[in-house]
Amino acid sequence: MLKQEEGSRAVAEAVALCRPEVICAYPISPQTHIVEHLSDLVRTHDLDPCEYVSVESEFAAMSVAIGASAAGARAYTATASQGLLYMAEALYNASGLGLPIVMTVANRAIGAPINIWNDHSDTMSQRDSGWVQLYAETNQEALDLHIQAYRLAEEISLPVMVCMDGFILTHAYERVDVPTQEQVDAFLPAYEPRQVLDPAEPVTIGAMVGPEAFFEVKYLAHAKQMQALDVISEVAADFAAAFRRESGGLLRPYRADGAETIVVALGSVLGTIEETIDELRDEGVSIGALGIKTFRPFPLDEVREALADAKRVIVLEKALAVGIGGIVSANVRMALSGVQLHGYTVIAGLGGRAITQQSLRRLFKDGVADKLKPLTFLDMDWELVERELERMRSGPSGPHEQNMLRDIGVVAAGSH
Amino acid sequence: MPYQELKMYQTGTFVVGNRLLDPDQRSVQARVDRSNALTSGHRACQGCGEALGARYVLDTAMSATGNQLIAANATGCLEVFSTPYPESSWGLPWIHSLFGNAPAVATGVAAALRAKGRDEVRVIGQGGDGGTLDIGFACLSGLFERNDDVLFVCYDNEAYMNTGVQRSGATPPAARTATTKPVGDEPGNVFGQGKNAPLIAMAHEIPYVATATVSELRDLEAKVERAMEFRGARYLHVFVPCPLGWGSASRDTIRIARLAKETGLFPVFEAENGEVVSVSKIRRPVPVEDYLKLQRRYAHLFGDNGRPDVIARLQEIADRNIRRFGLLGKDEGPPGEATDAAGLPPGQQGPVEAADRETNLMRLLAETHHGAQ
Repeated sequence: MLKQEEGSRAVAEAVALCRPEVICAYPISPQTHIVEHLSDLVRTHDLDPCEYVSVESEFAAMSVAIGASAAGARAYTATASQGLLYMAEALYNASGLGLPIVMTVANRAIGAPINIWNDHSDTMSQRDSGWVQLYAETNQEALDLHIQAYRLAEEISLPVMVCMDGFILTHAYERVDVPTQEQVDAFLPAYEPRQVLDPAEPVTIGAMVGPEAFFEVKYLAHAKQMQALDVISEVAADFAAAFRRESGGLLRPYRADGAETIVVALGSVLGTIEETIDELRDEGVSIGALGIKTFRPFPLDEVREALADAKRVIVLEKALAVGIGGIVSANVRMALSGVQLHGYTVIAGLGGRAITQQSLRRLFKDGVADKLKPLTFLDMDWELVERELERMRSGPSGPHEQNMLRDIGVVAAGSH
Repeated sequence: MPYQELKMYQTGTFVVGNRLLDPDQRSVQARVDRSNALTSGHRACQGCGEALGARYVLDTAMSATGNQLIAANATGCLEVFSTPYPESSWGLPWIHSLFGNAPAVATGVAAALRAKGRDEVRVIGQGGDGGTLDIGFACLSGLFERNDDVLFVCYDNEAYMNTGVQRSGATPPAARTATTKPVGDEPGNVFGQGKNAPLIAMAHEIPYVATATVSELRDLEAKVERAMEFRGARYLHVFVPCPLGWGSASRDTIRIARLAKETGLFPVFEAENGEVVSVSKIRRPVPVEDYLKLQRRYAHLFGDNGRPDVIARLQEIADRNIRRFGLLGKDEGPPGEATDAAGLPPGQQGPVEAADRETNLMRLLAETHHGAQ
């Protein structure tokens, strides 16, 4: 059914269609609208039988999900930013125990300085937590990925994170096609746990394992993620057949066939990138894009295949690995091991800095002309940075954020 | 026929008394159909109070629920000694997730059971004092506040034993731990404000809160049975001596637990909906020295360079407990004024009259002297 609605609501409706049995969440922007709507649905008995647990922290949210999932319930939670970091310990635990929890992350920057706007610092920081990470480009895809996520999680017995850009997607009103309950029921079978806490058949879950087998138990998570590479493609193909639209999968190339330059990115920025590519293509520039839909497991072979014939690769990412630069680009380089091509890492859009078509156009043109630095910071105000560095050189200079906001004459720009 | 009232004195266990009881009043642990939920073969130290406590708590809860029980366990000794790969001592469905999240995991299990309509299956959460009072406290408070249908049990051995006896929020004043050694000006742990978990639990107005020790195991069983009669959040705080961490003889675990109660250092009581409904009276009052002397963690308070001043402060704590909870007197009826004192909001204390304190202390010592005859 076609609807014009907010991304968060679309996701909440998708989660509801998956018949969750336990939903737990702690408020953090920009994820709140999703769980607010789910709370409504539980209170009005539209989700029966489902329990909504208002927890006291994100750490508790993930822990409640762990308990619920281990007891055989389909569990859901959502978070963002600091909340994801606060549940980090439990994230590793959920994946280590092989519990098929599905969680939405409304991607948001990580402080300090505190910032509520979008980038990918939060989920990128948890890329090695053992969770499958799927990145949505549009609200339709965000909706679809949640339905796929439960099937995937339960099939491989691993937790799945659906990453969608905070505000850009969560708060955007777009047309979405919301499937019917019958369609989702046909696609997503009832949850049959691999392990379950049941007095009829007592099991010990979470036992201590020493050096004699820890390595092997831990490897299973990797083996399952490698298996997930196949399952993700199968689930996406099944989804396309059942719902008559393409969503998810491992990668999505855009005008990349034979392109000399390929831009690699994930999330909603792909839309802006594709429009910029259309413009440049019209001008005769040989450029295309590769959208990464699945970041964990990382599709090494598929990325290599998609990029091997290009002359250069520009990886545009919304996270900064302080002290080295790119995170996505490091993964892409691993896929391209032994392949000689120009590679550029572009850090962009941190803390909600807009990534405009104009900036991308300039960036891509510089890239095509090999005029980019290996590590480029898109639209960085270097003058502002230099002024603060200069202040630091001349003695104790006080809090950076105060100094720099004073410099540009804007206090708490647009955040409230 | 002349009638003589039978008086049974505790001689170390309740086993003898147990045989004189009606079968349905006998200890769960004495029944052939006990569940052995924490079964033999685990690697707890000899004389471990926590293993003993957990065994009684779980077997009783299993009995009360017809074996329809799931346990969520915090990281700690209990988890480590019971599940060394590839063995498990648990005879019930059991999950260990993290150190600080056992209450939340228990909540999750309870929520799943509710969603599945399996009301007959009950949930127990358990951990040591570190997992309960320190790192898990936020999750525990959340569980209480929501009144989730979970019995959470804290096995309190007053320090982080699993990591090598470091101080926890439950470590008593003056006690030696690896991080509160008797070096410097303060001998052992500082005299702080304390962190009385049962009273904090009561402040949440949850249906049931109780304390118990492993010296009175039938009492412990009775409290678990009572706890399982309620729906909602329940808290049981069990005092469990740790021979390794306390530097006590393995054979003294029960004795030390009894002395903790008999000195007044560990008040044994139960509360319903935020109000104390019963206290276990001190049967034979003893000065705190009797309790402290058996434990090397207090050794620095005795001997040539002993600290009678510190011992006196510990006695004051015991005296305050005795007064506050009404621990002296006949072993029946509600505690009277102690209810009000214990029900005071956190941070407020009833006026402490020096004269009262002395009276209590004098009476205590006099009764002790008498009792020792």
